[in-house]
Amino acid sequence: MPIQDPIVVMDEEAILRALARMARELVEKNAGHEGLTLMGIQRRGIQLAQRLKEEIENASSRTIPAGILDITLYRDDLMAIGPKPVIGETVLPPGGIDGRSVVIVDDVLFTGRTARAALNELMSWGRPSRIYLCVLVDRGGRELPIQPDVVGREVQVVENQQVEVMVPELDGRWSVEIVTLPLEAA
Amino acid sequence: MSHEGSPLGKDLVGIEPLSADQIRMILDTAEPFKEISKREIKKVPVLRGKTIVNLFFEASTRTRVSFEFAEKRLSADTVNISSSGSSVVKGETLVDTAKNLEAMAIDMVVMRHGASGSAKFLADRIPSNVVNAGDGRHEHPTQALLDMLTIRDNLKTLEGLKVCIVGDILHSRVARSNIYGLLKVGAEVAVCGPQTLLPFDIGSLGVHVFRRVEEAIEWADVLNVLRLQLERMKGGFIPSLREYNRFFGITNQRLEAAGKDILILHPGPMNRGVEIDSDVADGDQQVILDQVTNGVAIRMAVLYLLAGGRPESAEAAKAGGAA
Amino acid sequence: MSVRPILIRGGRVVDPSQGLDRPMDVLLADGTIARLGDDLDAPEGAEVMDAGGKLVTPGLIDVHVHLREPGGEHKETIASGARAAAAGGFTTICAMPNTEPAIDTAAAVGFVMAEGQRAGSTRVLPVGCLSKGRAGQELAEVGEMVDAGAVAITDDGSPVMDSGLMRLALEYSLNFGIPVADHPEDVGLSRDGAMNEGLVSTRLGLRGKPNASEDIHIVRDLLLAEFTGGHIHLQHVSTAYGVEAIRQAKARGVQVTAEATPHHLILTDEAVEGYRTEAKMNPPLRTAEDRDAVREGLRDGTLDTLATDHAPHHYDEKEAAFDDAPNGIVGLETSLGLVLTHVVGEGLIDLSIMVERMSLAPAQAFHLSGGTLAQDSVADVTIIDPDLEWTVDPKTFLSRSSNTPFAGWTLKGRATTTIVDGRVVWSL
Repeated sequence: MPIQDPIVVMDEEAILRALARMARELVEKNAGHEGLTLMGIQRRGIQLAQRLKEEIENASSRTIPAGILDITLYRDDLMAIGPKPVIGETVLPPGGIDGRSVVIVDDVLFTGRTARAALNELMSWGRPSRIYLCVLVDRGGRELPIQPDVVGREVQVVENQQVEVMVPELDGRWSVEIVTLPLEAA
Repeated sequence: MSHEGSPLGKDLVGIEPLSADQIRMILDTAEPFKEISKREIKKVPVLRGKTIVNLFFEASTRTRVSFEFAEKRLSADTVNISSSGSSVVKGETLVDTAKNLEAMAIDMVVMRHGASGSAKFLADRIPSNVVNAGDGRHEHPTQALLDMLTIRDNLKTLEGLKVCIVGDILHSRVARSNIYGLLKVGAEVAVCGPQTLLPFDIGSLGVHVFRRVEEAIEWADVLNVLRLQLERMKGGFIPSLREYNRFFGITNQRLEAAGKDILILHPGPMNRGVEIDSDVADGDQQVILDQVTNGVAIRMAVLYLLAGGRPESAEAAKAGGAA
Repeated sequence: MSVRPILIRGGRVVDPSQGLDRPMDVLLADGTIARLGDDLDAPEGAEVMDAGGKLVTPGLIDVHVHLREPGGEHKETIASGARAAAAGGFTTICAMPNTEPAIDTAAAVGFVMAEGQRAGSTRVLPVGCLSKGRAGQELAEVGEMVDAGAVAITDDGSPVMDSGLMRLALEYSLNFGIPVADHPEDVGLSRDGAMNEGLVSTRLGLRGKPNASEDIHIVRDLLLAEFTGGHIHLQHVSTAYGVEAIRQAKARGVQVTAEATPHHLILTDEAVEGYRTEAKMNPPLRTAEDRDAVREGLRDGTLDTLATDHAPHHYDEKEAAFDDAPNGIVGLETSLGLVLTHVVGEGLIDLSIMVERMSLAPAQAFHLSGGTLAQDSVADVTIIDPDLEWTVDPKTFLSRSSNTPFAGWTLKGRATTTIVDGRVVWSL
């Protein structure tokens, strides 16, 4: 139960602006559109990847392939948790990932474990020529040596706070919010 | 995010103890595992480092191989132990086996045994997860689950469907598991076969009984055709295989006479020309090879859902398992 | 070959299936009962029979007949048996499978069907073996036999000693909608017995078959029928305990039908006096108490079918020491006369019940057509002269055999015309 109202750190306008900028950054980092492939991580990474795809395509009239990555089976805590999580679908982009510049897109980067799982899964599918990590929010707190290539915003939070990204298709709005929980629930 | 409906617990010993929600959870979980078998590299690291023993007291190539594929695709280490048990007193062996497995700290055991109730016997005595791959005439839960998944794939639903199991119901663990499972998820179930091969008062389990296979075909949306063991003729339950095929065989002629689409399932291996004619076994309405494919996916799903997951580590995991 | 219509005029129609017992005319055409009514007109070309003073009943049906073909043609053939049946007023008989070879395959059933049709007389319906070769080990190919025309299964003249096999037979019969007929006898108990075990056997120094040998299997069969839901047809019931057990089973809803033979309704083991082998059959003639119980069973319907167990044996075989003679007596040509004289005639049952026991009930038990004179049913009709007195003379039998204890008996009542499928197959 949150002990105060969520703090909105990015509203819709801020998010869309950031995504537009991130899209250009990706193209720049990749030195062009060649081989760019977006893979959104279930669940909210999908919407973000979709938005990035639109941004890049609108600006360049190119088609950017996109896919969906469900990392459940690659989680490192699978055997420790009780009821198993629902496994979502993984959909490879048209043309596959071999030899392509794959962008992993997720909403929040925290410990780095999700990104690590995504890397392992991608490598089991094939051999991308490059992998980029692109996240809307970096909240620090790494437990693994993993860093993002493209970030929307860095957000500082303390232990009993969570960063939540809302997307229209699932939550009805674009929003980045900090939710504060009572200490013992964290 | 986790499944609604309680987790499966430590073991899968049968369909009877499961709820409809648990059955649906297993079927839903099998969907993404189907896709793994289509990949170039058919492996996910889910059970890496886990040791699974396939303990088969009854000969079975296809079920054991199916489980082995499932285990290896989940990156588990597998060990096969088979024993025909003819020179061994069964009960004694099972207890000793349980103790040995416990001493070796095996993570999971998949067992097929000739005594009904043997899966639960083992599950109650060792801390490993136990999956019943067939215990005597009692249950064969993963077969029923893959049958239900195959039906659902083809007909989009299970609720309200009419499924008739044809053949030797008396000796069939596949039949029992299917009956329990299908009834729980809301299907209508019937059995059809020589009365000598129907168990006492099978109707009280909630199934219709058809005396003629023509009636069954007319009623059913799905037929699950059981293999007729040749020993049944020696046991005197039927006078001859020819007569069995004549009156209970699934033939193209009978299917055409019904004039409607019926899904045909068979757990395999088939006795062509006995319980099922070749032109049906190779025809359009059968989904027998789908069953084999789904078998691996279901077994992966079951192992995935059972493995690890000790409740006391659940809370700790919730904190550490974030992005 | 089309047959002329037949108008049977002025007879007393006794048809319990329609609750009829009064003078009526019966018109047969195209093999079926075309009409029943009063003062019917004869259609053009019809044969008119005057049945005044006679009974007109649905054709009599005997579900327990031994025809000795294949293998025993010197005693009887399918054709001679069919003709003997017609002379006895029977329009349908069911042939037991204990021939040599036994009738345990579709091919053998087909043979009996074909020979019966060739005889062109009383309808012969085969009963198939319950077990392969009548060996009492494995189920015979019941489905195939039924498909070829068998109406029931049995291992008669042998009992089914393996209860597991009887259970399987009762279960398997459910898939094909037929009764399982059983000759109830525990051969462990009846072994070497030549007659009923009782005072007479003690005096004559003959080993006997105790009632218990029949009762044990009757009860076993009833329990198995109850357990499996199958239909058991108990043959030639001869014991008081057996009749009572059947009565109670029927009250419980068990699917059972049961036979009484004319000889068990009339004779007792005293008939064996003098070591008369023509009084030797299986089950044997028993005590007066048993006979009276069988009569009561026939009366109240516990024993719902009357069957002869017609068992022809050659004179040479029966001309032997009592222990060595084969079991059985012929019955097709004497059954109706005996029943009319010593059952109906003695007031035990009326004509309506007699027709029920001899036509309607056998048809129902074995799911046969016939047993009724309802419109559009098959034109199987027996015309009976209830007042005709005659003496049983085995030399005049149409059967090839003459082994009967009733030789010389004067009976009152006899079939005078037997009509099968609208064709007269016998006429006195």
